[in-house]
Amino acid sequence: MFLKSLLRRGTLPLLAGAALLLAGCQDEPRRLPILGERDVRANPNGGPADTIFATVPAFRAHDQNGKLLTNQSLAGQVYLTDFFFATCPGICPKMNGELLKVYQKFGQTPGLHFVSFTIDPDHDTTAVLHDYAQRLGAPAEANWRFVRTSKDSVFALARGLFTAAMPDKAAPGGFAHNGTFALVDGRGHVRGLYDSLDPKEVARLQEELPLLLAEAQESRKKS
Amino acid sequence: MPRPPLIVRWLAPALAAGLALLPGCFTNKQHQGERLYAQHCAGCHGEQGQGLGTLIPPLAGSDYLAGHRAQLGCIIRQGLRGPIVVNGVRYNQQMLGVQDTATHRHLSPAQITNLLNYIEGHWGNRPGPAGPRTIAETQAQLRACGER
Ligand code: HEC
Repeated sequence: MFLKSLLRRGTLPLLAGAALLLAGCQDEPRRLPILGERDVRANPNGGPADTIFATVPAFRAHDQNGKLLTNQSLAGQVYLTDFFFATCPGICPKMNGELLKVYQKFGQTPGLHFVSFTIDPDHDTTAVLHDYAQRLGAPAEANWRFVRTSKDSVFALARGLFTAAMPDKAAPGGFAHNGTFALVDGRGHVRGLYDSLDPKEVARLQEELPLLLAEAQESRKKS
Repeated sequence: MPRPPLIVRWLAPALAAGLALLPGCFTNKQHQGERLYAQHCAGCHGEQGQGLGTLIPPLAGSDYLAGHRAQLGCIIRQGLRGPIVVNGVRYNQQMLGVQDTATHRHLSPAQITNLLNYIEGHWGNRPGPAGPRTIAETQAQLRACGER
């Protein structure tokens, strides 16, 4: 249900609005909310209940250079994701073009990674991904990984990252999907969702990304 | 996740449709080409027609554009697929025919004419010796590829 309603336009701004309102109540440096389902478990010892937040589903993927990428290898790192396919005649060029702009601004930040998942792993082999990354202008050997994993895994991942993506014969290129960017923290919690096709949303991402990077730096200092 | 109230779900599309209709009432032909470009092409070909890396070919200074004047009407209508070479770089992608995404209607011959005159007269592009396009020229191009 949640995913369906996400597909409907207007949900992202609503979420964003809610996040803004929430943030307004705090005096501390603004913290991005944790998005998604949560589970409150009673504490058997009678203390305060624990809140368990949803995390990104586990995945094993390979990037444009054949290197393995998993959620463990990204533990402790902030990352930004999107879903695309190389032959996408629809929104992908615009979406990855926007991600490229964000990359050009923030790509050099230590502890920040960019991950673009192909939703067409049958076609998008390592070689195709390599060519795509190069054509897009993403620097080689960089922290922007164009990755493929199994079909099942990538659609489960898309759901976990609040991105609508599914095979659809009627859609341009054979897949229906939207252009969501998801911002994930070092513990695998989704902290921000942005519609890449809306310049205001991309601007919001550029405002919020430093907040999460600061928080990540803070928690690295503590540990 | 609370769904937006019914009234919002109905009003928003209605409003959007209303807004989409509005420009039709106050058509500013001079800027129609620029508007159509921003609406339908800039997302891929860039605000200045610069393209996107070597994934999407440029329209600014494109030798392909200059050399295919007679095909451009049909390219906008029907799209383009398969290998092409633009300014020495090979592209093998697919571009869909351009529709108005709100109405799923084709761009009219007049719209295509304004759009192409804008592209062929900006970012260093010059209309060929034949000068700016006329709607009649676009209509003839479209007929030649079975379009109207
Ligand atoms: C979804 C992305 C996308 C959109 C939107 C788009 N194009 Fe394209 N366009 C492409 C791609 C990809 C190619 C290369 C196709 C190929 O490899 O055969 C291309 C090629 C072209 C070419 C021929 C090559 C060149 O650069 O001269 C022209 C002309 C062109 N497009 C015009 C337009 C116009 C005008 C619009 C808006 C009405 C438009 N395109 C919208 C992706 C797009």
